[in-house]
Amino acid sequence: MTDGLLPLLVAVPVLAAVVPPLLSLRTTGTGWYVAAVACAVEAALAALVVRSVFLGGAVRHVVGGYERPYGIELVVDGLSAPVVALVAVVSLGVLAFAYTAGPRRNSFYSAYLLLVGGLMGVSVTGDLFNMFVFLEITGLATYALVAADRSGRSAVAALKYLILGTTGASLFLIGVGYAFVETGTLNMVDLSERLAGSYGDRAVLASFGFILVGLGLKTAVFPLHTWQPDAYSYAPDTVTTFISALVSTVAAYAIGRIVLTVFTPAFFEAVPAARAAVLAFAAVSILAGSALAAVQTDIKRMLAYSSVSQFGLVIAGFALVTPDAVLGAVVHLVGHGLMKGGLFAAAGVMAARHGARTVGDYARLGYRSPVVAGAVGILGVVLVGIPPSVGFLGKWYIAVGAVRAGAWPIAVVVFLSTLLTLSYVARLLERLYFAGPTEPTDPAVGAGTDAGTGTGADADAEVGARDPDPVADGGARADSRAPAAVSTGMVAVIVAAAVVVVALGFAAAPFEAFLERFLGGVFA
Amino acid sequence: MIDLLASRWAYVAFVVLMIVGLYMMIASPNLVKKIIGLNVFQSAVFLFFVAAAYVAGGAPPVVPSDGGGGPYASPLPHVIVLTAIVVGVSLTAVALALVVRIHEEYGTVDEAVLEEVADD
Repeated sequence: MTDGLLPLLVAVPVLAAVVPPLLSLRTTGTGWYVAAVACAVEAALAALVVRSVFLGGAVRHVVGGYERPYGIELVVDGLSAPVVALVAVVSLGVLAFAYTAGPRRNSFYSAYLLLVGGLMGVSVTGDLFNMFVFLEITGLATYALVAADRSGRSAVAALKYLILGTTGASLFLIGVGYAFVETGTLNMVDLSERLAGSYGDRAVLASFGFILVGLGLKTAVFPLHTWQPDAYSYAPDTVTTFISALVSTVAAYAIGRIVLTVFTPAFFEAVPAARAAVLAFAAVSILAGSALAAVQTDIKRMLAYSSVSQFGLVIAGFALVTPDAVLGAVVHLVGHGLMKGGLFAAAGVMAARHGARTVGDYARLGYRSPVVAGAVGILGVVLVGIPPSVGFLGKWYIAVGAVRAGAWPIAVVVFLSTLLTLSYVARLLERLYFAGPTEPTDPAVGAGTDAGTGTGADADAEVGARDPDPVADGGARADSRAPAAVSTGMVAVIVAAAVVVVALGFAAAPFEAFLERFLGGVFA
Repeated sequence: MIDLLASRWAYVAFVVLMIVGLYMMIASPNLVKKIIGLNVFQSAVFLFFVAAAYVAGGAPPVVPSDGGGGPYASPLPHVIVLTAIVVGVSLTAVALALVVRIHEEYGTVDEAVLEEVADD
């Protein structure tokens, strides 16, 4: 019954994206309400689909009645159900955050809904070329959103992202082309059947390489990450919250889907070098990302490099292709999305309230914004992977999977990255709570730091004083990236993220239930 | 080598175009030329699909009701290329819009100059 809902998951946001520009003919500022209705409907649809997957296994829909291998198939199974749920929940949460934080232009919500549609499309499609199209829809909407504050710097970051992202998608398309030439089909299940037995062929190897490098660029795995810190740090805070939680996440999901469903574990058995290459790629990313994050002073950049490392972990989990490691990768994928979303949202609130953009600026903010700082503390500790939390669960399963697969170096790398993560999270927490009271971080605003009470006017004055180039952004406000104001609702969203990542630490059983059937098919 | 050029020249052209496009994206400091490079790169991918779909003497796949009449060219790669062209056009539009914004803000489309200006 629920299979009819799958096309709606994609169609509802994409069709709703047309409405805000039409409303612009008459009104402004109504786009948010359209997005709210669409995202609420989307969440309800996602809940129904995920429930049905939980109870009865994979849900399939054949678009237009053309059976595979000719038509396009939409599938939600144990691997994609958590991602579908994540997209639905985060898009609602960020929308709630954006109500006060802005931007409130209608066109912003058009791109927002397009992005939701693209992300859902990548998550539910069972067809390789269809996946390329949805990746590009996701990309297009993301480029537009990164530049949404209309500043010069964000436009440069968006263009850089566009050029690298499109190159990545084109490389993916070349890989799809090789697979198509080899087998004559694009359906993932059909492809996996026809690829069996020809794993050693040069065309198949080239296809795997191109697809992996292309998606690696989209996921921002070291050394293909160069677009990501700029895009994350120069985008408006609302947008960073959204894209850091979902865009790379869905690209990493695509890697998992292609490794597990299209090429299958048998490919890695036949070609051990491919597995070794992916694992090496992931391990380097884990270490380099953590190390680069540890030396950053800008909060958003630090969190961005941390994502490079975390996605390395996820890809390592998928490439280990043991049941434990894949479970860990999916848990970490979902957990990381929630953690990073929460942390970037908190970074936005701190910037709006206190003008704090660097680790030094966070000195003693734990006493001035106790709730948000507390949430940052929890989210940071979860990012390190301290139990009970989703961060611990993901890393634990990946490490156990690595040990069981005999890939000891990966287990060591996971441990090392945890230490490096601890180093930058601890630095942040030390500033938040233990910075000396008489230690002004910036002489120009020392007085303001003590007098500020976090009201809107004070915060704005501080932003002006702290920002080294208040006019360069060309916006009406000094910091065009920061939220316009801070409401209780925004703080509530951050606290909710912190609560959920801790609560999910106890949710190993549902994740296992989702993956059991899927993994049963993969490792049969 | 000569044999490869004679029989598989379309694939050779695909590789050459791809490398030219990549080189333009990396080496040219001009943002507009980078976007042209991106377009060349994408065109290379289109050429790859079209070349792979070529069937000597293949007819358009309009099959008469009594069947037969082959060989036919596979319509799928052509449809893929059509879709990819549409995607490429919209990406180019967004890219050029961003370049216009950058030019308004900084008065240059040169990457080297841009780095100097943006750091101030």
